[in-house]
Amino acid sequence: MELVTPSYGLLFWTGLTFCLLLFVLTRFVWKPLLKSVNARSKIIEEALKEAEKARQEMQALNAENERILKEARVERDAILKEAKDAGTKMIEEAREKAKAEGVKLMESAKSAIESERNAAITEMKAQVAIFSVEIAERMIRESWSSDAKQKELASKLAEELKLN
Amino acid sequence: MKNAAFNAILVLVGSFFFSSSVLRANEEFSIMHHIQDAHEWHLWGEGHSASAISLPIILIDKGVKCFSSSHLYHGKQQQDTLKDGSVQTYLIGVGPAKGYALLHEKIYKLAAVRLTFHNGHPHNETPWDFSITKNVLSLFVGGLLLLIIMLVTANFYKRKGPVAPQGLAKFVEPLIVFVRDEIAIPNLPDGKHVKYIGFLTTVFFFILINNLLGMVPVFPGGANLTGNITVTFFLACCTLVITLFSANKNYWKHIFATPGVPKALLPIMIPIEVVGIFTKPFALMIRLFANMTAGHIIILALFSIIFLNKSVAWAGLSVPMALFISVLEVLVAFLQAYLFSMLSALFIGAAIEDDHH
Repeated sequence: MELVTPSYGLLFWTGLTFCLLLFVLTRFVWKPLLKSVNARSKIIEEALKEAEKARQEMQALNAENERILKEARVERDAILKEAKDAGTKMIEEAREKAKAEGVKLMESAKSAIESERNAAITEMKAQVAIFSVEIAERMIRESWSSDAKQKELASKLAEELKLN
Repeated sequence: MKNAAFNAILVLVGSFFFSSSVLRANEEFSIMHHIQDAHEWHLWGEGHSASAISLPIILIDKGVKCFSSSHLYHGKQQQDTLKDGSVQTYLIGVGPAKGYALLHEKIYKLAAVRLTFHNGHPHNETPWDFSITKNVLSLFVGGLLLLIIMLVTANFYKRKGPVAPQGLAKFVEPLIVFVRDEIAIPNLPDGKHVKYIGFLTTVFFFILINNLLGMVPVFPGGANLTGNITVTFFLACCTLVITLFSANKNYWKHIFATPGVPKALLPIMIPIEVVGIFTKPFALMIRLFANMTAGHIIILALFSIIFLNKSVAWAGLSVPMALFISVLEVLVAFLQAYLFSMLSALFIGAAIEDDHH
């Protein structure tokens, strides 16, 4: 019978202890603990979201990088091609110019040589004329140095005149 | 009067325990004595050579009277032969306990030298007994242990902030989160659990720690606290009070004007529904009480085999069986704590449920 009879003494102490526990534990344990558990799960959730976002950003960044790299490659190729073209063109131009210059130079050299030769020839002609006159003078002087010779010459010249 | 109220339970639930001849076979070694409350904490030994811790007795009888229970237990032993031939043995207090007698762990006021019996029961007055009994001490130890464990855990979060649990918190936190996520939230949805989480968690851990403490065979464990009807009665009352005070209009409408029931049937329905209010916490009370008491009785009965047969050879049978039951009881300790808080949440949840007809 005592087994199923509540005793008020124990009831009182149980009530007191339980109510104290209820108050203290709710106030100092359950609420702050669940609060920090909630805070933690929120932090974890946010961290996961952040990680996902970072992953996506990373992916976007990678794609962007890839794109930029591709563009840069294309640009580099274009620049290289352009430079090559420009180089070829410049060389070509230089060659043309050099050729023209050469021709021009040669021509002017030719004309200079021509005019020099002409001048030389003219001078030589004049010199030869001077020498011829001198030689003729000396020969004339020689041939006219004796009477025999003067007679012979006069006869010869008369011969020639006769023939004519 | 109180006894009469619980006669029904006795017949329904307790008859098995009481009629068992094994339990009554040896007055010296009484299982019933072990699972009930006492004014001293018996350690070992029998009779006068027994070692026990004397506990303080607090009586309210024309002022507060405090004295050690040893003044009763080491008082004068009195044997009275009643008119019907049965023998009643009780203790008469000495020293500060003079004027009081102890019969079946109940304190009576002595009007004369002896107790006066009427129909086999003492007719004497009883003082208000607020003694620190075995169960009360166990209650304090359990409460203190719970408080220490929980405050250490709470302190961890206070120091470290919202981080992964370590040490004691690693063990306690999952249980608290379990109570919230598996007990409170499913039964009290839409954020309504916040109001009741304190009660549910406290009840869960209060029952759990006292169940487990009851499984410890040495002092300060072993008291059958959660298998004491007073404790389960109090806890069930808490659930009842919370249910009634948080009940909404729908709850009362279902009781006093059950929808879909003809008016003519209401005189029958209303008493049934009103009784229904009380049967739920009553079932809570009986469930915890019977489960824990039964566990204690089984283990004690298995160990009794050795002593009843007066042969240590029986230990080969009784020890493995008792070990098996003990392991089962650890499971039951968790299970009952879970069931009590879960059903409390269920009852409260049903009382605050919105109308969905």
